[in-house]
Amino acid sequence: MPQSDTVARPAAQVLELNEPTASVFRQDAASKTSLTSIALVLLCTVIGAAAQVLMRMGAVDIDNSSLVGIITNWPLLGGYACLAANTGLLILALRDGQLSVLYPIIALTYVWVTILSPLFFGDLINGFKVAGVALIVLGVSFIGMGSRS
Amino acid sequence: MKTPLSSMLLVLGASFIGSVAAVLLKAGADRLKQGWSAWAGKLAAGVGLFLISSILYVWGLKDGSLTVLYPMVSLGYVWTLLWSRIFFGEPFNRPKVVGLALVLLGVVCIGAGNQ
Repeated sequence: MPQSDTVARPAAQVLELNEPTASVFRQDAASKTSLTSIALVLLCTVIGAAAQVLMRMGAVDIDNSSLVGIITNWPLLGGYACLAANTGLLILALRDGQLSVLYPIIALTYVWVTILSPLFFGDLINGFKVAGVALIVLGVSFIGMGSRS
Repeated sequence: MKTPLSSMLLVLGASFIGSVAAVLLKAGADRLKQGWSAWAGKLAAGVGLFLISSILYVWGLKDGSLTVLYPMVSLGYVWTLLWSRIFFGEPFNRPKVVGLALVLLGVVCIGAGNQ
C-alpha cells in the first residue's frame, strides 16, 4: 500500500529517541483492523446515540429536582449506564485494530442522534442535517474500506 | 448568536483531552493479554480523561452557536489521527484522510442544521 507519510516520520522518530514510552506504546502497528472491531465500534455508536437520547429525556426536569430526584432519574441513569457500556466496548474494539480507523467511526453517533431526535423530541430535519448525515456516512465508509484494502 | 470565548476554549480543551483519552485506551487495550499492571493504569487514566472531556463538552456546548462549536468538537478526530501516527506508527493514507475530511464536513453541517 503506498503511503504519503514522509512529513510525520521524523516526528515519530524523534519521539522514540527522546521518549521511551512512545516505543512502549507502539505494538503491531501495521496490523489490519478486524471486522469484529469495526462491528464493535458500530455497536458503540448505536449505544452512544441511545445514551444521548436518554440523557436528553432525563435532563428535561433536572433544574427543579432534589438529590433523590436526580438519583432516581431513570433516563439519566440509563444514559450513564450506556456510556459505561460504550467505553467497555470501545476498549474491546481497540484491541484488534488501528485507532485512526476505529475512532472516526464514532462520528456515526451524530447520524443516529439526528435520525432519532425527530422521533423522540419532534426536532425538525433540514437540508444541513441531511447533508451532514450523508457526508458522515460517506466518510466513515471511505475510512472503513481503506482499512480493508 | 455570539459564541463566548470560554465556550470555545472548553470545547477545544474537551476535544484535545478526549483524543488523549483515546490514545490511553488504545495503549491499554493493546496490553490486555499481559498482566493487569500493564493495562490497568492506562485504561483507568483513559476512562478518567473521557469523563473529564464529556463534562467539558456539556459545559462548553451550553452557550454559543453550534455552527461555531461543532467544527471544534470534530477537531478531536484530527488530533487522534495525529496521535495514531506518532504513538502507534499507524500510516496516513488517502482513504483515511479523505474519509476524515468528509466526516469533519458532515459534523460541520449537522452543527449548522441544529442551530
